[in-house]
Amino acid sequence: MSDIYQDKTGDAVEKQFTLSVLTEDLPGLLNNVTIIFTRRKLNIDMINVSSSEVPGVSRYTIVLTTTREQVEKVVKQIRKHIDVLGAFVYEEDEIHYQEIALYKVPTRIFMGGVNVEKIIRANNARILVIEQDYILIEKTGHKEDTQKLYDILEPYGIMEFVRSGRVAVSKSKRKTEQFLEELENSNTHSLSINGQNK
Amino acid sequence: MEATRQKPKPETSAQPQKRKMSGSEAVIYSLLAEGVDTIFGYPGGAIMPIYDALYGFQDRIKHVLVRHEQGAAHAAQGYARVRNEVGVCFATSGPGATNLVTGIADAQIDSTPIVCITGQVPSHLLGTDSFQESDVLGISMPVTKWNFQVTKPEEIPWAIARAFYIAKTGRPGPVLLDITKDAQFGEVDFEYKKCEKIRSYHPYPPVEDDKISAAAELINTAKKPYLLVGHGVLLSGAEEQLKGFVEKAGIPVASTLLGLSAFPTDHPQYVGYLGMHGNYGPNVKTNECDVLIAVGMRFDDRVTGDPNKYAPQAKVIHIEIDPSEIDKIIKTSVAINADAKQALEKLTEAVKPNKHESWIQEFRDCDEIEYQKVIEHDIYPKSKQIRMGEVIRELNELTHGEAVLVTDVGQHQMVANRYWKFKKSNSNITSGGLGTMGFALPAAMGAQVAKPDTPVVSISGDGGFQMTIQELGTISQYKIPVKMVLLNNDFLGMVRQWQQLFFEKRYSFTEMTNPDFIKIAEGYGVPGKRITERSELTGALKEMYECEGAYLLEIAVEKEENVFPMVPSGDSVANIRLD
Ligand SMILES: Cc1ncc(C[n+]2csc(CCOP(=O)(O)OP(=O)(O)O)c2C)c(N)n1
Repeated sequence: MSDIYQDKTGDAVEKQFTLSVLTEDLPGLLNNVTIIFTRRKLNIDMINVSSSEVPGVSRYTIVLTTTREQVEKVVKQIRKHIDVLGAFVYEEDEIHYQEIALYKVPTRIFMGGVNVEKIIRANNARILVIEQDYILIEKTGHKEDTQKLYDILEPYGIMEFVRSGRVAVSKSKRKTEQFLEELENSNTHSLSINGQNK
Repeated sequence: MEATRQKPKPETSAQPQKRKMSGSEAVIYSLLAEGVDTIFGYPGGAIMPIYDALYGFQDRIKHVLVRHEQGAAHAAQGYARVRNEVGVCFATSGPGATNLVTGIADAQIDSTPIVCITGQVPSHLLGTDSFQESDVLGISMPVTKWNFQVTKPEEIPWAIARAFYIAKTGRPGPVLLDITKDAQFGEVDFEYKKCEKIRSYHPYPPVEDDKISAAAELINTAKKPYLLVGHGVLLSGAEEQLKGFVEKAGIPVASTLLGLSAFPTDHPQYVGYLGMHGNYGPNVKTNECDVLIAVGMRFDDRVTGDPNKYAPQAKVIHIEIDPSEIDKIIKTSVAINADAKQALEKLTEAVKPNKHESWIQEFRDCDEIEYQKVIEHDIYPKSKQIRMGEVIRELNELTHGEAVLVTDVGQHQMVANRYWKFKKSNSNITSGGLGTMGFALPAAMGAQVAKPDTPVVSISGDGGFQMTIQELGTISQYKIPVKMVLLNNDFLGMVRQWQQLFFEKRYSFTEMTNPDFIKIAEGYGVPGKRITERSELTGALKEMYECEGAYLLEIAVEKEENVFPMVPSGDSVANIRLD
């Protein structure tokens, strides 16, 4: 009986999706958005909330692994929230995205003859801070890239590591302001689920 | 508090000139500006300033003091459902607010417009676990269409205007406003402007012409088209448009539980009630039609059974105002994301006149089978004990379909909705999506207050009746003349039925030792009677119906009656069982 809602089409393949959500900048909205995932027992891989280029409008970038079928239902339910201006779902090839990683490693590894400089250059990373006890390395990239550097540094002892949520912009030419203007003047969500004009 | 205390006389117009007043008064003036005439509520510390303001407006707003906040929410729902307007309820912070939650959740899943106003501790105490503080916004977030915490008096008119606009437009739903005590006490320069637009909210998507032509083409070439009516038809006020459409296109019509009363039961194209305990034909024919037109319904699992085996052969046209419902359960061929009324108007123009008599006859043939196997024994039983179906049949005949039927949750609900013949729109009030036992009594009370001149009858089981039985106090205090029918089988009947059918008759905690209900009613000053014999039935129903005030009729019914037909949970609608 548990499989009665299971989809048997191609949409049932799990993939990573990036949602871009524009909302009014109000307290409590993050909770409103995340409970939609909680209800469906969906785990959010990454989430980032920031102000957008339009004053008073926040942008959420949410990454999750699920099926196209599920994600579209989730996006529709997010859109349904009164203070959500727009919600779109993208696959990897529809966006430009980055994540940032910080690696805290012991300063002494310089002393051990490791060519840290070389590793950093080869990985397009940079040194943010050098302290007596540790150095802080920053790298921006996709998860595979930041993970690769992690794996290289790991044998030397990583004291602390943090990776940010994804930030992404879509490849479409649309401007947020233009979208909001259209929204203001229309009586429907004028854009399809991946942000293209209908 | 002295009753004679002088209060400044309220403004005579609902909208005073811009002037200074307390936040509490602003609440009342805002409600007046929204046309509110009734509030169901229960006071307490955090909402006292609002109650104090209300005291001066008793000539213009009727406040009904319920006996439990759950009752206030259900009463507001009953009010909203019969009038197709927004119902309003008040509660205090903490336990008052949490007691509302069941009713709010019920209103959310059954798209019922209510505005709930809760008092909250003063804003400087928020988040400190102060006395009667609970995170009402957090608790109600998943079950409201919108909620908002007001911490400044100047936010009050804006928040209330927005609350009413959101509650009643598009797909309606509950809104909760949590108002801190300091905002109630504070001063505001009052000015009221109704909300007409929210940029992030588009409640009425326009009908897309290409979708209408695509749908019309499917309908025009269909051999066995079949239409399902949902609650959306009532909410949109599309009853006439629906009738016009199906009469032109000759399509048979079935209804969901919440769609009942949108289409007259005695219409020649009406074929019955859908779902788990619905009629035989409407379920079986779902898997035989070629075009399925669903209007303002959401393919609840009590309607679809196993969705993978639901109408796999049919092209589905879904007319639905809420885009998140489209393709949620059943994949559509044509989705018309619009208000039912507008969509049906356009669709009526686009379809060709047609008749499908032999197809409708197929439903009638099924009715014949169902009548032989189920209905006859339900409504004209020869068994010794009274059966629920015969009570409903007799009551329905007695009321000539004029009454509003309010049902609780369980076997009696299914039986009542199977056998009641609906004539008037919005005359069916029940808890569908949430299935909230205890709904009927307070909802009937709210419906009766909303429509004092329309007879309102509630049907409850002995289990559900005891969940909100204290509302007898409210009914008595305000002389609300609801007619209450209690179908007593001394069991949690619906659960017992499942135990019998699917758990080898292991009746685990479903038998009830019940009180003397008539004595309880009497204690509340409500007259009543208990009957056990068929010979008493007609007379007792008549006595109840003709009684001027409220009346409780308890009818001892067959203890182990089962409701059939039945689509076993998770099975295909085609596998509906007749016994
Ligand atoms: C608040 C609540 N608790 C539990 C249930 C589960 N439930 C559904 S029907 C039912 C039995 C109802 O019994 P009764 O009110 O006597 O009506 P009957 O089925 O006998 O007509 C129960 C317990 C529910 N729907 N609502």
